[in-house]
Amino acid sequence: MNAPRLTGIFALPGETPQASRRSFLKIAGGAGAGLVLGMAIPLRGVSTGAIAAASETLQPNPFLQVAPDNTVTVIIKHLDKGQGAATGLATLVAEELDADWSQIKTEFAPADPVKYKNFAFGVQGVGGSTGLSNSYEQYRLAGATAKAMIVAAAAKDWGVPANEITVKAGVVSHGDKRATFGDLASKAAAENVPEKPALKDSKDFVYIGKSFPRVDGKAKTTGAAKFTIDHQFDGMLIATIARPPMFGATVKSFDANEAEKIKGIVKVLQVPQGIAVLATSTWAALQAQRAIKVTWDDSKAEKRSTSDIVAAYKAKLDTPGISARKDGDVEAGFKSAAKVVEVDFEFPYLAHAPMETMDCVIKYDGKSAEIWTGSQLQTVDHGTACAVLGLKPEAVQIHTVWAGGSFGRRAIADSHYVREACEIAKSYGKPVPIKVIWTREDDIKGGYYRPIYVHRIKAGLDKDGNIVSWLHRIVGQSIIAGTPFESGMVKDGIDATSVEGASTLPYAIPNLQVELHTEKTGVPVLWWRSVGATHTAHATEHMIDILAKESGRDPVDFRLAMLAKHPRHAGVLKLAAEKAGWLSGQPPDGKMRGIAVHESFASYVANAAEVSLRDDGSVKVERVVCAIDCGIAVNPDVVIAQVEGGLGYGLGAALKGAITMKGGVVEQSNFDDYDVLRISEMPKVEVYIVPSAQPPTGVGEPGTPVVAPAVANALLAGTNVRTNVLPMNKQKYKGQS
Amino acid sequence: MPTTFTLNGKKTTIDADPETPLLWVIRDDLKLTGTKFGCGAALCGACTVHLDGEAVRSCQIQARDVEGRDVTTIEGVTGNVAAAVRAAWIKLDVAQCGYCQSGQVMAAVGLLSQISKPTDQDIDKAMDGNICRCSTYHRIRAAIHEASTTLPG
Repeated sequence: MNAPRLTGIFALPGETPQASRRSFLKIAGGAGAGLVLGMAIPLRGVSTGAIAAASETLQPNPFLQVAPDNTVTVIIKHLDKGQGAATGLATLVAEELDADWSQIKTEFAPADPVKYKNFAFGVQGVGGSTGLSNSYEQYRLAGATAKAMIVAAAAKDWGVPANEITVKAGVVSHGDKRATFGDLASKAAAENVPEKPALKDSKDFVYIGKSFPRVDGKAKTTGAAKFTIDHQFDGMLIATIARPPMFGATVKSFDANEAEKIKGIVKVLQVPQGIAVLATSTWAALQAQRAIKVTWDDSKAEKRSTSDIVAAYKAKLDTPGISARKDGDVEAGFKSAAKVVEVDFEFPYLAHAPMETMDCVIKYDGKSAEIWTGSQLQTVDHGTACAVLGLKPEAVQIHTVWAGGSFGRRAIADSHYVREACEIAKSYGKPVPIKVIWTREDDIKGGYYRPIYVHRIKAGLDKDGNIVSWLHRIVGQSIIAGTPFESGMVKDGIDATSVEGASTLPYAIPNLQVELHTEKTGVPVLWWRSVGATHTAHATEHMIDILAKESGRDPVDFRLAMLAKHPRHAGVLKLAAEKAGWLSGQPPDGKMRGIAVHESFASYVANAAEVSLRDDGSVKVERVVCAIDCGIAVNPDVVIAQVEGGLGYGLGAALKGAITMKGGVVEQSNFDDYDVLRISEMPKVEVYIVPSAQPPTGVGEPGTPVVAPAVANALLAGTNVRTNVLPMNKQKYKGQS
Repeated sequence: MPTTFTLNGKKTTIDADPETPLLWVIRDDLKLTGTKFGCGAALCGACTVHLDGEAVRSCQIQARDVEGRDVTTIEGVTGNVAAAVRAAWIKLDVAQCGYCQSGQVMAAVGLLSQISKPTDQDIDKAMDGNICRCSTYHRIRAAIHEASTTLPG
């Protein structure tokens, strides 16, 4: 299949999986027993339950098992953190197998970089909204293979030609003969595995393209769904860590006297991450974490305030950076311009704050280890565990479990939450299960933020109001630099994740230059849902409206005139505008209206927002109309859910999300001072999917970055105030003009 | 010190430090893990349970405060309101990651038990303390309205 362009995570445009694979090899090669790619790891995790009687069970490939009890177990190679990976991959198998949806079960795959790699990365893991797109053919073929074997077994059994047999909703039939998959499973297991089973024509799809319930919907309304934190074993200890108050500070000394008096405390240990406490109960571990007195060595810590970092970045805006894109001659363009407009933008650190904080459960006995966690990059986590524990890959099992959100937080090149669990288990040295948990304060103060960025866009308009020149300069910290992905993903000094969305600006502008200054801080940073688009979509799309206003043009017409070569951008823009009533008159009374369009992860999204101001001047987003073009929508309801949720995630950050530091110390600590979107702030959302026959592209992230500029554009139209600093609660909006 | 209370309809005695938050009593001592930890400070609602029928944050209730009282968790919540809420949640496929949804369901059951036909304002008031980082709010609101249509006014 055609791989989508993946500028977000792990793969640069045109990068081959081999490049990512090489990048990974560096992770594993570092210390101890690195994980060797190409080595098959025994499928220990899969063999629980479902294939108790192996010969009775049809298991033609690593992606599904058909058991005599008529259940079809789909092995899910990606973490499901809410995005619907389990439902999506099960759908692909059910489609080609012609299974009944009620017989489908799912299990997460064990860590195995060969069998379960993401084709976009070359290793096992998910991110960059690649989960479904990289599996689209693979899981369909898995289902088609099993179906061909079941049909072959039935044909033999009944003495009829295979091509006369029909399969529908889990029932195999010929004339008056009927059998279930379960009836035929053991006979089918003896059939040859076909090399190239035929895939259905899209017109024959019974599941793909239809909305039907998620596989996890029920378990998530009864409390039955089991997350990492829910794992409990006999004799298990709970670990917390007293962590440094500044990034880069280390333990100088500590006093555990008070902590050790707390009932239930078993052990206090120094680990590279801080001072770990092991206790027989979570409550004891939480109390002890606070009771430990640590003197920190902050000589190498990042001590700047965020205001210092922003000021340092802003100073860079006056000097040229490394070119990320150059079309024509921007200086000549500015000379020819009738008007030049220059706007600076500032974007703060953002914490992901998933509802389930970081956590990891480990059983380690000195010879082998089992790990339970919401592992987003299984191969990286596996390699890290092997390296820390000094074990061979086959001695370490990773059990991927449901994750309570991630938004990028669990996809970490340094696997820090797995690493620390391994460090604690190794240091403690006793073969008891240990569960490491993070408090919300650990999470909010713990770094791995969306980096601070500042942007400057200077644009020239000709006498007719057309954009003739566009110079976009970005200053920020690289997410990729310093990680094992650097060699594969930073090219000629440009981290694609810093400039994506800006360097890919779709508008027809004859002179266009994008430049990047990559700065260093001591603050660990990470991809945050939609990665580069979190800032580039706002800067570019708000600037477009600023220029449309300068030119006296309608924002939709202004964009469409520059999108002749980008029909998918134009398509979603027109659809959102139409559904929002943009084309048929003024916004409703008292409402301001704005629109924006952006492509990320090869999907195209437009938002039209209706906004008002509360009496206190704060921003209320009343309604957002979204249009998305993501190729084939495998499960339209899951697509709609991701767009709704992505929009809410982006809106919360746009309205009030900011992590700030004073003297290197993070000023926020929990949901009181790092507030997130609440139900009363969620707008009415309508989502429209552009019908498409193109291969599916991502939906987890593309819905997030477009709402901020759409809301800002509404505020610009209504109040004439530019939103060049996020979050919006840092701005003063006047009443409507 | 032993504390005796009713948990999901059954008389239960635990021997925990009286200051232990009910959240950890439920999860660690009683092994019911549907009730979730999210913030430890009554800021997110993930730990919502019913205390004598009222939705409360179990991270802020101490073990000694439940002596003789009636505690219901997501595992034990039953009745026509709970059934209506669960049916609506599944029908509209509200859950994404699902981590907050135990608390959302308990808060919604609490709301609909008091106001069977809530307005959007009633929903905002009752549910604003329940954070969902997947931002399933749009569907939570719709599901509460959906559930209310099946309940007697």
